[in-house]
Amino acid sequence: MTPPAFSPIGIRLENIEKRYGGLYALRRVSLEVAAGECVVLAGRNGSGKTTLLRVAAGLVRPSFGTLSFLDGSGARVAMASPAGFVAHATMVYDELTAEENLLLFARLQGIAEPAARAEALLAEVSLLERRSSLVRTFSRGMRQRVAIARALLNEPPILLLDEPATGLDPQGVTWFAETLRRIRDVGRTVLMSLHGESEISALATRAIRLDAGVVVADTRTGANLHSILTFAGA
Amino acid sequence: MTLLSNASALLGKELRTEFRSRELLPTTVVFIFIVIALFSITFHPTTSESQRLGPGLLWVAFLFAASLMLQPCFLREQNNDTLSALRLSVKDPFAIFFAKLAANTFFLLLTELLMLPFFAGFFNVHILSVFPQLVLVFFLGSLGIAIPGTAFSAISAQARMRELMLPLLLLPLLTPVLIASTEATAALLEANPALPLGGLGILIAFDIVFLTALWLFGEYLLEE
Repeated sequence: MTPPAFSPIGIRLENIEKRYGGLYALRRVSLEVAAGECVVLAGRNGSGKTTLLRVAAGLVRPSFGTLSFLDGSGARVAMASPAGFVAHATMVYDELTAEENLLLFARLQGIAEPAARAEALLAEVSLLERRSSLVRTFSRGMRQRVAIARALLNEPPILLLDEPATGLDPQGVTWFAETLRRIRDVGRTVLMSLHGESEISALATRAIRLDAGVVVADTRTGANLHSILTFAGA
Repeated sequence: MTLLSNASALLGKELRTEFRSRELLPTTVVFIFIVIALFSITFHPTTSESQRLGPGLLWVAFLFAASLMLQPCFLREQNNDTLSALRLSVKDPFAIFFAKLAANTFFLLLTELLMLPFFAGFFNVHILSVFPQLVLVFFLGSLGIAIPGTAFSAISAQARMRELMLPLLLLPLLTPVLIASTEATAALLEANPALPLGGLGILIAFDIVFLTALWLFGEYLLEE
C-alpha cells in the first residue's frame, strides 16, 4: 500500500432519519466513528445498514439530521464527500477495461496524473496484467478488486464498504481481508456492513448492530463483538 | 472548466461504450428504416403527397426511435450502480446530464443522417440542394428531443413500469418540437425550398428553456 496522502477523518451522524414514503429506513440514528477506526455494521436484511452507509457517503439525503466529518482531534471539518464507497454492486462499467474505468473516474475526480495513479492501483489490486481486459470478462472477485481500486483513487481518508465480501470465494475473502488490513493500518477510517463473523470482521476495532433503523448495540457501550456479529441475544 | 472537462470525459465514455456494445444505433436505424419502407410500400405516395406527408412521418419515426434510444440512457447506469460512482466523482452533477444529452443528440443526429438517403429514395424527394439546412433542422430537433428525453430517462429509470413511463412523459411534451421540425423539414422539401425562421425560432426557444431547466433542477433528478 502506497504511503497515505490524507489526514485521518472521522464521521459524525446526528439524529439521522431517513423515510421512504411512510417507511422508516433510519430512526434518529446518532453515531460517531473516530478517525482511524474500523467499524462493522451488523444487522438483519432491511435493518438500515445500506441506507446508513449511503447517507454517510452523501448519496442519500437524510430526511432529518446532520452528517459531518471530524479531524483527528474531533473538531468538525468542512469538506464534501471525503469517502470512497464500495457498494454491493461494483460501480464500474462492464464495457470498459479495468484501466479505462480507473482513468475515467480519476479524470472526473481531477487527479493530477490519472494514468500513473490508475497503474499504481492496478498493481496494488494485482490486476496490472489484465489492465486491458473488459471488466465484463472478469470474475466476481476481480470485479471487486477494480471496485476497491476505484474507491481508493483519490486517497480517501474514509472508506465505506457495503457487504464487500458478497460473491467472493474463500481465496477472494482472504485477499480482501489482507487488503482491508493494509487499508486500515495506514489510518483510513473504515465503516462496513457485514453478515456474520469472518476474516474481515476480525479486523474490526468496533461493531454496531442496527435493528429496524435503530442502533441497538455498540461495543463502545459494552456490547460483545461476537454477539453483535452473530445476532446472539437479538 | 471542471464542468467541461468532466462532461468531455463522460462523453468519451458514452461514445466508447456505445460503439463497443452497438446496442442503440443498429436498433434505431433498423426501426426508422422499417417505418419509412412500410409507409412507402403501403401507400405509394405521389411526389406532392411525399412532400406534404413525408416530413411528418419522418419526424414521428425519429420521435419513436428516440424514445427507444433514450430508454437505456440512465437505466444502464443502474446495472452496476455506476450512477452512484459518477455522483461521488463529479463536482457538478450537470456534467452527467450534459455528457448524456450530447451523446444522445449525436446518436440521434447520426441515425437521422444515415436514414435521410433512404427517405429521399423511398419518397422521391430532393435533399442535396438543401442538405446543410436539413442538418441544421435535424440538429435543433434532435437537441429538442434529447434534452427533455435525457431528463425523463433519469426519472423513469427510478420508476416502476419504466418502459411505459418514458414515452408517456416524453411524447406529449415533444409536440412543439414535432410540429416545428416537421414544418421546417416540409418547407425545405418544397419545390421552392426556404428555411422557415419561425419554426427554427420555436426549436431554439424550446432547446434553451429546457436546457436551462435541466441545468437548474437536474441535480434533484439524480437523487435517490
